[in-house]
Amino acid sequence: MTVSFKGKTPSRRAFLKGAAAAGGTLAGAGAAHAAGDPEITELQPWMQQLGDGVDVAPYGKPSEYEAHVQRRTVEWLTADPVSSINFTPLHELDGIITPNGLCFERHHSGTAHIDPAKHRLMINGLVDTPLVFNMADLMRFPRENHVYFLECAANSGMEWRGAQLNGCQFTHGMIHNVMYTGVKLKYLLEEAGVKTNGKWIMPEGADAAAMTRSIPMEKALDDCLVVWKMNGEALRPEQGYPLRLVVPGWEGNMWVKWLRRIEVGDEPWHHREETSKYTDLLSDGTARRFTWEMDAKSVITSPSPQAPILHGKGPTVLTGLAWSGRGTIPRVDVTIDGGKTWHEARMSGPSLDKSMHRFYFEFDWDGGELLLQSRAHDSTGYVQPTKDELREYRGTNSIYHNNGIQTWYVNKNGEAENVEVS
Amino acid sequence: TPVMAEKLGLGRPASDDEIAAWDIDIRPDGQGLPEGSGSVMDGEDLYMDQCSVCHGVFGEAEGRWPVLAGGDGSLSDDRPVKTIGSYWPYLSTVWDYVHRAMPFGDAQSLSNDEVYAITAYLMYLNYLVEDDFVLSKENFLEVRMPNEENFFMDDRADAELVAFAKSEVCMSDCKDNVEITARAAIVDVTPEDADAREARAARLG
Repeated sequence: MTVSFKGKTPSRRAFLKGAAAAGGTLAGAGAAHAAGDPEITELQPWMQQLGDGVDVAPYGKPSEYEAHVQRRTVEWLTADPVSSINFTPLHELDGIITPNGLCFERHHSGTAHIDPAKHRLMINGLVDTPLVFNMADLMRFPRENHVYFLECAANSGMEWRGAQLNGCQFTHGMIHNVMYTGVKLKYLLEEAGVKTNGKWIMPEGADAAAMTRSIPMEKALDDCLVVWKMNGEALRPEQGYPLRLVVPGWEGNMWVKWLRRIEVGDEPWHHREETSKYTDLLSDGTARRFTWEMDAKSVITSPSPQAPILHGKGPTVLTGLAWSGRGTIPRVDVTIDGGKTWHEARMSGPSLDKSMHRFYFEFDWDGGELLLQSRAHDSTGYVQPTKDELREYRGTNSIYHNNGIQTWYVNKNGEAENVEVS
Repeated sequence: TPVMAEKLGLGRPASDDEIAAWDIDIRPDGQGLPEGSGSVMDGEDLYMDQCSVCHGVFGEAEGRWPVLAGGDGSLSDDRPVKTIGSYWPYLSTVWDYVHRAMPFGDAQSLSNDEVYAITAYLMYLNYLVEDDFVLSKENFLEVRMPNEENFFMDDRADAELVAFAKSEVCMSDCKDNVEITARAAIVDVTPEDADAREARAARLG
């Protein structure tokens, strides 16, 4: 008997595509098969033949059928792929932890590839003793584990003037959420001995952009970490291997990668990434500086433009993510009618400070048009505003810190689109 | 949480030459600024040679590379042009950034005098100085950028957080009518995702 793998034949794919376009009326195991489902009645190769040995993949990869779950770029956003951004495929993920290989990237001079044996961390400036640490030194400090989201300040920035990109990967995917292992920055600063007039720190990267930001000492001593692990393994090169700064709840630009130096000073430095960039222009021509915290925000990841409803009407799972730079997310509301009626979503999974939270809302889809929104409440009482509410305060040229409520329009075929509503 | 009663004695003191090699940052008050000087004329040659291919002969930029000059008075326009002259609050930022990170792909290749000269030329491109200007450590702090006063500390706590903190939110009958006012599909600038969609459909099928 010859067993052919039907899942990959062009005819089957075309058929499924057609079925999806027709409203997903046929859905695999849910459909009636007069002669029995061949996936059951026919012997499949994996039921008969031997699979891979344990020596085939010393470092495993996702199934080949998940090959489309990838970071993606939008070429027209930047001049060059080296100082650029890509996006986490939020629509394909669940839970709250972002797999390391899918964490979005933002570099200013590309991914540096650093030999950890050659990496050094210097602490200098207004300290009693300027110090140099190597990686082995750092691993002898007491360690901490924390799950934090890292959101680029520009996440959703392309949406200030209206609905532009079609998919939550593109509108909300400059974010990831992983468990970091490292040492409290406070311990390193105490080791050097901060002088009484040391009010600011300036972390600096070892890459060719030599990224610098000014961070107030209160934050540095509060919850900042210097980390070398993410989700249990070494940082990925594109996430700062071998060392990065973690600045919980604050804009991603400050999480300096390839961290090589921390200077202590009495004033902020007003460097390029906190003057020309990462300042928020308001409609009157003035600009906010040092807009560090990321405000409470949420997005429905499915259904969404890249994750249409393929199963037809009936039981439907709506899910999404919520987070706040100021605490936890005790509650998310969702609407399926554009905000006429709201429902309290079901939170599932750990609720951790300055971490992503997962929410679900199960409903019975009647096959009609939907306007989906989610509205996060954070532990300070802040409620995620609409985009129009934000525009009233800021205009449309702020670029950064767009945490307005996202709307997806779902048509009768289950296809979703990024829209704005009145 | 472990509390360290005393220092662990890890790491080693940094030497003066090590600090000098890495501590290259400068601040608006001039801290860190090295000895040196450079003229607009010298800066023009350097700029044409090393910068103009990306940033344009007049600082107007090629493609999507950053625009360095122009845009004066445009910050409250519908489409503001944010440049060194129209937006940046401090000249020290120009010096520091050019020195640490430019030219793109050949960072930290410019001497201190060359950075002074390029900074002077960027001032000239922004009509801030005449073509005979020479920038130096001595006169650096005399420069004031046009937009310095228009930056202010994050005021969201007062301006927004109070307004957006709500003890009660509307849950039903919140509006009578909902209209779609903007559509991404009409803008149509999202990268083609057909393969990913097909793969997803096949997997779920």
